Amino acid sequence: MFGKLTLSDIPYHVPIIMGAVGFTLLGALIVLGLITYYGKWTYLWKEWLTSVDHKKIGVMYIILALIMLLRGFSDAILMRSQQAVAFGSNHGFLPPEHYDQIFSAHGTIMVFFMAMPFLTGLMNVVVPLQIGARDVAFPFMNSVSLWLTIISAGLVMVSLGVGDFSRAGWTGYPPLSGLTYSPDSGVDYWIWSIQLSGIGTLMTGINFLVTILKMRAPGMSLMRMPVFTWATLCTNALMILAFPALTATLALLTLDRYLGTHFFTNGFGGNMMMYPNLFWIWGHPEVYILVLPAFGVFSEVVPTLCGKRLFGYTSMVWATLAITVLSFTVWLHHFFTMGASSDVNAFFGIATMIIAVPTGVKIFNWLFTMYRGRVRFDTPMLWTIGFIITFVIGGMSGVMLAIPGADYVLHNTEFLVAHFHNVLLPGALFGYFAGYSYWFPKAFGFPLNEKWGKRAFWFWFFGFYLAFIPLYVLGFLGMPRRLDYYTNPAWHPWLEIAAVGAAFVLFGIICQGIQLVVSIRDREKNRDLTGDYWSNGRTMEWSTSSPAPFYNFAQIPEVHERDSFDHMKEQGTAYQRPAHYQDIHMPKNTSAGFIIGMFAFIFGFAMIWHIWWMAAFGALGILVTLILRSANDHTDYYVQSEEVKHVESLRFEQLANSERSGSINASPDTVTPLSHQV
Amino acid sequence: MTTMTTDVAANRNKHILSEHGHSDSVSNAVYGFWIYIMSDCVLFACVFATFAVMSHNYAGGPTGKDLFDLPYVFGETMLLLCSSVTYGFSVLAMNANSRKMVLTWLAITFLLGLGFIIMEVNEFHHLILAGHGPDRSGFLSAFFTLVGTHGTHVSFGLIWMLVMMYQVARKGLSVPVRSRLIRLSMFWHFLDIVWIGVFTVVYLMGVM
Repeated sequence: MFGKLTLSDIPYHVPIIMGAVGFTLLGALIVLGLITYYGKWTYLWKEWLTSVDHKKIGVMYIILALIMLLRGFSDAILMRSQQAVAFGSNHGFLPPEHYDQIFSAHGTIMVFFMAMPFLTGLMNVVVPLQIGARDVAFPFMNSVSLWLTIISAGLVMVSLGVGDFSRAGWTGYPPLSGLTYSPDSGVDYWIWSIQLSGIGTLMTGINFLVTILKMRAPGMSLMRMPVFTWATLCTNALMILAFPALTATLALLTLDRYLGTHFFTNGFGGNMMMYPNLFWIWGHPEVYILVLPAFGVFSEVVPTLCGKRLFGYTSMVWATLAITVLSFTVWLHHFFTMGASSDVNAFFGIATMIIAVPTGVKIFNWLFTMYRGRVRFDTPMLWTIGFIITFVIGGMSGVMLAIPGADYVLHNTEFLVAHFHNVLLPGALFGYFAGYSYWFPKAFGFPLNEKWGKRAFWFWFFGFYLAFIPLYVLGFLGMPRRLDYYTNPAWHPWLEIAAVGAAFVLFGIICQGIQLVVSIRDREKNRDLTGDYWSNGRTMEWSTSSPAPFYNFAQIPEVHERDSFDHMKEQGTAYQRPAHYQDIHMPKNTSAGFIIGMFAFIFGFAMIWHIWWMAAFGALGILVTLILRSANDHTDYYVQSEEVKHVESLRFEQLANSERSGSINASPDTVTPLSHQV
Repeated sequence: MTTMTTDVAANRNKHILSEHGHSDSVSNAVYGFWIYIMSDCVLFACVFATFAVMSHNYAGGPTGKDLFDLPYVFGETMLLLCSSVTYGFSVLAMNANSRKMVLTWLAITFLLGLGFIIMEVNEFHHLILAGHGPDRSGFLSAFFTLVGTHGTHVSFGLIWMLVMMYQVARKGLSVPVRSRLIRLSMFWHFLDIVWIGVFTVVYLMGVM
């Protein structure tokens, strides 16, 4: 009846796990209780859960990312404290089988349920506004993508309390992830959570690619697109081309585990090395899926906060495209030790080093943008500068690892752990944080508190160096990654320093929590009335009110220049009131996305525990919901011009008020004469 | 690059033509579906590559030569190829606004596709009964997975076709229904092309 699931799968005798479960449930209960207390269920359902508005979907993605960041970071700090103490006679507080689940969950969560939702959220909030569109190409599909991501994260959370999570690392290499060595449901949790969210990601990729290529405002040619939109476009292309490879790889592993096939087994003609090859054909482009949007964010933040046009727009675009293409030619550098011939290793080594070239182009473009600009050290700028300094170090250690000979020595050591955190923390996370603080006023109409934002940055920045630079040293000292216990006394002090670094990051996260609370508390004081919060916004998202009306633009803007809003301000055509308003065509909200998500959750859970009837029920539920949805041809409506007029009148009243109080900053004195030299 | 430039031009014109963006949704949907098919190509490419790597990993078990009945598979192939032609007729009927003929050709396509699936399931059934199931060897794992992935796609196509027949009968050839028929058509022809790859790489090369 319940497949492999029995009551003994709930680890009620393990205090650490039960503590984590209790903490999670408590958090969930508090949130649910608050919603009930304030009577917000209807509001939540009507305005958020069933929404197809890209801005709200984006916000929900980012909320998910922040929650999962907490979970992923809890795993990190557990690992750091275990390694700081589990030395010599002390075996630490985590048994090996638990420690292995923690590092597997940490990687899986940080990549799939923190970074991916974060970047997807940012592009949801920003891209349609930047290109002058009213929504994405497929708003309903957008909602399905969101819910598939949420329920997949939910499956990972459920694994905390029901059964185990995978012990095979976030990459899940066979034969360890095969049935012989991982007979329990842990790997299945890993497989199904990634598989379902991966389908959501593929749909996001298609959705935004079509949105960007087909729904730009008139006049916005490709080479007039904001660089964040360009980065998103390339990320979407990578999602579309890379994620099917992950889907296929996981499907083959699933077949090995469920039907006894021999793709990655030891005997019967299986070929284990097929797995890393297939996995990294997805996995390496995935690195750029994570990094490119962050590069896009920096390319928006730097010009705005330096009051200057981006240096080398064209080279920036071509560098992004080059990285997109090259990302498919380097997958083998993840396993030089496979034993391919030296020619093969040399090819992939050189290809890897070549990627450093377009990346270097970008770094110089940002630096030259800052050069002779008026750099404003607001939080987004701090994250950007922190990124540039830190990322260059990580990039160089990457070039070191790209030398096959060096890789043979450093493979699977803490050096590798240091390297990829050294590129992904600044290259992805710092970028998302920069985007978070940069576009927060756009999304909510009030800014994030600067003081706490800066404190958070400094804690994160120094925390990063303390936590990860020692790992480079440990790599040279020969410490393998993923150790739950060690006896080498030479490693001990470095691991203690790393633990201190993790504590610094913890303070950074606490500061970010306080920042959010303080900012919400002070929101009325700091309202952004103009919509152009940074006062020299250059791209179109700053031309609407903050938050943008649900239809984004009362009138689709005409684009004549690259930094279109900046151009409009210069020409004096910004903030112009149209003579009359037209009806606006918008998609209706729908619960179908939410329902499909719930059925997918049932399906995933049932597949993990081999509850076949329930899996069939879930799959059928998805199919029927889709068919019923397709039978509904009334999925959109027209916003009457009267309503548009009303919303816009309020907006212009607000603008007039802000002008009177002198907070509008379209005046030329903030735009330095230097801004047009380059 | 040229496609990109034309896209931009088309984009510009369309906005001028339809301020509300209503007619855009059909072309966006078709375009999005193209992209989906491209991604599906990558999925098949991975499974094909896996098959290529494992095509000689017999593990002491039977080879393609021992197992494949080429005339039978050729018959299967003919059913699927013909179904592509008949789907083409139903699109022609759609363009001629003949609801009845659309339904007729869809029904014929459906039967041909169903025949293909039945033959495939029958082949699988016989292989498994004879002890040559997917758990026998790496080669057979890859064989069942590649052919089965294609078969699963065709089966979903069949379900979709049933839904479309119902929608054509119920709603007539409305704009959304036409859009879906076009997308199903793309899907169906795509599966045909993939099958030609399967037939060549798996069956012909397996027997030769």
